Amino acid sequence: MPVIKNAVCSLCGCLCDDITVTVDEENKITKIENACILGHSKFQGMFEHERIETPMIRKAGKLVSVSYEEALETAAKILVNSKRTLSYGWCSTSCEAISKAIQLAEETGSLIDSTANVCHGPSALAAQEKGSPGATLGEIKNRADLIIFWGCNPVHAHPRHLSRYSSFSKGFFVPRGRKERKMLVIDVRKTDTAKLADKYVEIEQGADLLLITALRSIINGHEEVIPEKVAGVSKEELLELAKLMKEAKFLCVFFGMGVTQSRSKYKNGDGVASLISDLNQHTKAVMIGMRGHYNVTGFGQVATWETGFPMAIDFAKGYPYYNPGETGANDVLVREEVDAAIIAAADPGAHFPQKALRQLAKIPLIQIDPYANPTTELADVVFPTAVVGIEAEGSAYRMDAISIRMKKLIETKFKTDEEIAKDLIEKVRELKRG
Amino acid sequence: MSEILIKNASVCDPFQGIDCEKMDLCIRNGKIVESVSSKAKVIDAKGRLTLAGGFDGHTHSAGKINVGRFMNPNDARRNPVPGLSGKVARTEKTRAQVGYNTPNTYAIGYRYAKLGYTTICEAAMPPLSARHTHEEFKEIPILDKMGLTLLGSNWQVMEYIRDKEPEKLAAYVAWALKASRGYGIKIVNPGGGEAWGWGRNVSGLYDPVPNFEVTPAEILIELGKANEKLNLPHSVHVHCNNLGHPGNYETTLETMKLFEKIKPSQERQSLHVTHVQFNAYAGTSWRDFETGAPMVSDYINQAKHLTFDMGQLIFGPAVTMTADGPVEYANSRMLHEKWSNQDVELEDASGVVPLSYSPKSFVNAVQWAIGLELALLVKDPWKVMFTTDSPNGGSFVNYPEVVTYLMSAKKREEVYSGFSELALGKMVLPEIDRELSFSELAVMTRAIQSKMYGRPEKGKLTIGADADIAIYELVPEKIDPSVEHEKVKQAFSATAYTFKDGKLVVKEGNIEASPMGKTYWVNADVPERVDSAMQKDLELKFKKYYTVSKSNYMVEDEYLPNPVEITTKGDF
Repeated sequence: MPVIKNAVCSLCGCLCDDITVTVDEENKITKIENACILGHSKFQGMFEHERIETPMIRKAGKLVSVSYEEALETAAKILVNSKRTLSYGWCSTSCEAISKAIQLAEETGSLIDSTANVCHGPSALAAQEKGSPGATLGEIKNRADLIIFWGCNPVHAHPRHLSRYSSFSKGFFVPRGRKERKMLVIDVRKTDTAKLADKYVEIEQGADLLLITALRSIINGHEEVIPEKVAGVSKEELLELAKLMKEAKFLCVFFGMGVTQSRSKYKNGDGVASLISDLNQHTKAVMIGMRGHYNVTGFGQVATWETGFPMAIDFAKGYPYYNPGETGANDVLVREEVDAAIIAAADPGAHFPQKALRQLAKIPLIQIDPYANPTTELADVVFPTAVVGIEAEGSAYRMDAISIRMKKLIETKFKTDEEIAKDLIEKVRELKRG
Repeated sequence: MSEILIKNASVCDPFQGIDCEKMDLCIRNGKIVESVSSKAKVIDAKGRLTLAGGFDGHTHSAGKINVGRFMNPNDARRNPVPGLSGKVARTEKTRAQVGYNTPNTYAIGYRYAKLGYTTICEAAMPPLSARHTHEEFKEIPILDKMGLTLLGSNWQVMEYIRDKEPEKLAAYVAWALKASRGYGIKIVNPGGGEAWGWGRNVSGLYDPVPNFEVTPAEILIELGKANEKLNLPHSVHVHCNNLGHPGNYETTLETMKLFEKIKPSQERQSLHVTHVQFNAYAGTSWRDFETGAPMVSDYINQAKHLTFDMGQLIFGPAVTMTADGPVEYANSRMLHEKWSNQDVELEDASGVVPLSYSPKSFVNAVQWAIGLELALLVKDPWKVMFTTDSPNGGSFVNYPEVVTYLMSAKKREEVYSGFSELALGKMVLPEIDRELSFSELAVMTRAIQSKMYGRPEKGKLTIGADADIAIYELVPEKIDPSVEHEKVKQAFSATAYTFKDGKLVVKEGNIEASPMGKTYWVNADVPERVDSAMQKDLELKFKKYYTVSKSNYMVEDEYLPNPVEITTKGDF
């Protein structure tokens, strides 16, 4: 039985590349080594969950099986007849597929946006305000003696983060790993990650910016302006926190959606970047966003080099226009502005606000996905697709913007997202030519 | 078989000593040939200036530039150089374009081609993120590409130097080039990238790198030796220590002198010093800051072992991006600008900071002068490469403007007449009346690159060379560039024709076709015995310290759609 070493796990932004997979003669994965519980269930789920078996089109209210050609023709017609299409998702897929999706959006004058719209999008806005002082994960592994998890819970969301890259990993300057590192968790509730920390700071919900600002004031030598309590944290504790940060030799702030999607949104990320810059007057400090979908970072990268912008790109005028708040996926849905949608490798049906979903239900919707999900209930054309990282190869970007090539582990009858996007481009051109 | 006959070209090819002479050029299957059949497509150049395709030997066009784009969405809408910047809708032949300093990948290809350029060298590629650089290369149309692999703060490199293992060092360099599909060795602020891992820097050539017991001087000299041991086509490509500091010209001279004793393995320099404008500062602080160009150019004039590039400044917005992490942090604090940083495990640092150069700032005015002083005070154009260190000194779309600075003393005067007395007192540019000829310009923009990078098929129009050709909208004998600099600028802003491998890609400033260019990379052969000994050390690095496995680190063939593998054999 073939044993594939150093396979890449296409589940979360950790993109662990040390997975060993055994494949049997029947093209089934029989053994998965090194993966976490989430990764394991992704590999295993291939054989446990029902797949969408064939392309489908909604006829008389029901999705019925059709040929690939018919689905392609119908989807292309939707795109050609639409005045304003939203292309959304493209984060649990390869960079090669994203590239084709962008080309399709460009050729059809669509808007294209990623899941960052409801996730780390504010981090991008923060970087546009203050930059993004980061490092690769190996820098943390090899140097960091203070690791701060802020508004994130890797024990559940990125289970191997702690052992591979951060708290429990051993590195060149930190040969004893956890024993030589301090771990600090800032959150609104005592998460399972917080339970592992040396220090847990519980803050009031939505008060992150206050805390960041107070810490910056202390680090910049203005502790006299700090009131007795900020964000539910006593001044004494704040002083202690600032001291911990200044005295570290190398610290990293890992931040999650608790920072990006709580009150003050992008201003929080802006604050963290400013805090990192200030801390570098005293020590070495960096920040890294805890990206969720395994290639949401890749969407940002590819979109940025191909269009100049990381998300919320509107091709209506033929060139890319970017104005998140106006051109984000939820913005245009809530305004009922788009008249068709193509959604791949994401599930807005489960994650978008009701008002946005009401619009998605009204308009023709093309879905590209290996599995049925709540979005399928709204879809009018459905393309089943290969699972990238298991049934298809391609590039993905880890949360620290390192590109890794995902392997194809087993054979598949399904087309890849990239192939479908390419075929759609061709079909749309054909229809436009008449 | 495709054939083209270009008639009545006013050819300027420094390699052949041809200086604006009327002649015909024959093209067959992408190469310059002796003659073509009567079936050849005929293009009448009408006596217009005809050069080999331009070759930008130091540009930041793939990889780190994406951080620049990401943090500066405002740049996408900037249009200070109409026709070569700003947003452009897609057409049947072109993808949509945006940007000025950090254009999208498609715009980079189209705009370089419009300027008559056909080859670029990305100046800084950390091996761990090399895949990313190649992913962007794939989306840059038309141009041939190569990338330089960053090795100046690399742990394996520093350890082999510390442990006096020159053979293993060379073997590692060969492996790193193969892993990253790189073309040559780039050294940025040697040792400084590692020091920046702790928020520190190195202060000069003899300041030891923290924890590694080697000095920047040792890194430079040993990588220089490894470069020659491997018979690499290019020399080491060095961004000196202390970049951007007043008084740094002394470090630059020391660095240059270090390489006097390195014997090049090929007919080329043993050292290329890059964007020297940023490293030719005299004075002791920003108060008494002044040009160090006379001292640096005096040395270069008598030296035979080196080449350099200008790193010319352009007034207006720029985006600085470099592996010199501490410099970028210092820039951001000094200018109160946003700051991005990306330290790369075991390898190097990097940072990106946007800024704007103003003629009203005396420091910026003197910086502007220094780039030109260097190019004009160094007598032999075969030592000078034309760059703006795009987009650090300014975007490459300003090259036509820089051409006029070099060809017209009058144009320079128009610019510096607006400077303050303070600035004028700190520069020597007003005393320089040299104006470059088209031939000298051709050396600096394409010919020297062919020699420096060991690419004999580039930068010339001899029989057998690549048919990369730029025909500019000007007739050399009918123009006085010294006076008619505006016409020169216009002509250099959009070619009449650009050919890439014999294919017409630009016609009258418009993109006609966008074929995929080639990617050059170097595969240096190392004896099995040395390689396997080195691999053992490397295995350990991957097992214990890298966060990516060794097999997933190597850039796969899929990322080089049109590769050209250059093989060399090391001397072991």
